[in-house]
Amino acid sequence: MDIFANLLLGLQTAASLTNLFYCFIGVVLGTAIGVLPGLGPVATIAMLLPITFGLQPVTALIMLAGIFYGAQYGGSTTAILVNLPGETSSVVTCIDGHEMAKQGRAGKALATAAISSFVAGTVVTLLIALFSPPLAGIALKFGPAEYFSLMMLGLVASVVLARGSLPNALGMIVLGLLLGIVGTDVNSGVSRFTFNASGLADGISFVVVAMGVFGLGEVICNLEDTDERSLLAMKVTGLMLNKDEFKAIAWPVVRGTLLGSILGILPGGGSSLSSFSAYALEKKVSPNAANFGRGAIEGVAAPEAANNAGAQASFIPMLTLGIPSNAVMALMIGAMMIQGIQPGPQVMTDQPALFWGLVVSMWIGNLFLVVLNLPLISVWVKMVSVPYRLLFPAIVVFCGIGVFSVSNSTFDVLLMAGFGLLGYIFRKLDCEPAPLMLSFILGPMIEEFLRRALLLADGDPMVFVQRPISAALLGVCAVVIVIVTLPALRKKREEVFVED
Amino acid sequence: MSTRIKNEKDFWTGVLYIGFAALALWVGRGYAFGSASRMGPGYFPRVLAGLLIFFGVLALIRGLRCSAPPIGPIAWKAASIVLLSMVAFALLLERAGLVISLVVLILGSASASPRFRFEWRAALLAIGLVVFCVLVFSKGLGLPMPLFGSWFR
Repeated sequence: MDIFANLLLGLQTAASLTNLFYCFIGVVLGTAIGVLPGLGPVATIAMLLPITFGLQPVTALIMLAGIFYGAQYGGSTTAILVNLPGETSSVVTCIDGHEMAKQGRAGKALATAAISSFVAGTVVTLLIALFSPPLAGIALKFGPAEYFSLMMLGLVASVVLARGSLPNALGMIVLGLLLGIVGTDVNSGVSRFTFNASGLADGISFVVVAMGVFGLGEVICNLEDTDERSLLAMKVTGLMLNKDEFKAIAWPVVRGTLLGSILGILPGGGSSLSSFSAYALEKKVSPNAANFGRGAIEGVAAPEAANNAGAQASFIPMLTLGIPSNAVMALMIGAMMIQGIQPGPQVMTDQPALFWGLVVSMWIGNLFLVVLNLPLISVWVKMVSVPYRLLFPAIVVFCGIGVFSVSNSTFDVLLMAGFGLLGYIFRKLDCEPAPLMLSFILGPMIEEFLRRALLLADGDPMVFVQRPISAALLGVCAVVIVIVTLPALRKKREEVFVED
Repeated sequence: MSTRIKNEKDFWTGVLYIGFAALALWVGRGYAFGSASRMGPGYFPRVLAGLLIFFGVLALIRGLRCSAPPIGPIAWKAASIVLLSMVAFALLLERAGLVISLVVLILGSASASPRFRFEWRAALLAIGLVVFCVLVFSKGLGLPMPLFGSWFR
């Protein structure tokens, strides 16, 4: 089978000393930011991007990916030990995980989280290996019309699963597209919206937007919250699970993994939604449902498996179609483009070592996390107690220097300050900024595909519905929008997000 | 329909969207529109601006019709301190150099926290952060940032 040859190639790439080293750095950093309150993976990846410019493309992507799934681990560690979800995806882990810790079973809860995540990570690695080639094969037949429709679907789906009102979220997408086309138009050479500033001639760097909106904007938001956290860290003992406990978590892990993988592939799905849904599902089907909320081990296993599966499955559309399904994937696409790789289905055939190396590195990274995290728990717990007032100036500094280093321009730093303000305003207005990030990166591509598709069709917009694949994609788009506006589902959607 | 704002968040979202769209239309008024088969540089921006106005108007209408909780307190002080420190950093970086601009950025933004006190721990942390940045970014990664800028030459 091809798949073994592919995985072997990936293993050769991922197991090189440099790649192992950066994978390690990535997961450790990821865990750290998952533990640290008020610092998410999007801001961290944006801050570290400039450092990766000098690396090989595959090494850079391996490290950035490590940060992303490492953050899921870190987030659940603090959820269990101190009842503070480091990431939104670990909010539900607090419920039973922290309850277990209070009963003196913190070690078991942590071990459950680690084992569930690892199993899920392994399964999803295999899923990626199985499903990516056929998906990319289909995508290789795509023309500009299909690409345009696919990107539309990606954008629409990303808001459906996001929080907040649908029209406002669609507005954020349009705003992102508009910001994305700032700069010199590749076709006509006209500078658009540059205000004659030379710093805008090449467009706004996505690092500037990401750091402004997710870095600075979040810092300002966190400053509103003035209560200092006081924590009682508990002793962690007894990491080993017994036979009954293994039996208890087996099915929840399987169900969580499956649900997480499916939701992760959907644009906008990702890890938060996966963990919420997995917990809800488990509460319905588990024989131990009565104990949920009182320290049920199943209530830790299922969401932890689901969030890790969701996080990794969101790489599938990014790697095979070049479509980001969340803000982190949008940054990964940006990182690829900076490295001179055009994201899309051809990555797998043109750069097999990069593709398979990244896939296998995710499995290696998960292994690192299991082996590393349990002994390092006391370090992570100490990190949680770092007060935010000492932490945030460092975040601000890294944003400043990071943005400067992208093109050595102080203009970019000023621009980032502007996006910081905008990011804060978005948060105050309950406008989710993640869809804006996606459309910002896709903007120039969407315009190009629209232009090409209409050029080939002589300006006839019917081309998008006459080509079957394109029509199907747009049809799904329409169905998705209709479903969301149905009152019943709208209520359900609000319920899902009410907890975070 | 009363003209009182019932949902501040939606209302101001609408204002924001329409503002951006109007800016795009005004700045881009000279870009050639072209036709669907030969799109000019103004085609896509104008379509987007139109859509944005549509969503902006929707938000405005909801802002005037449906009640919702208000926006709540806005941390103007923290926001302006952090953002102005960043602006100062950008302006000082090439003139005063990395060391001074970092000190301004660190102490400036730190003072945005209501719990900020200038004590030995804060000073120590600021010095540590400056040393770290100089070693990693200037010496290690070789970014073209002068330690002391044009004012000192």
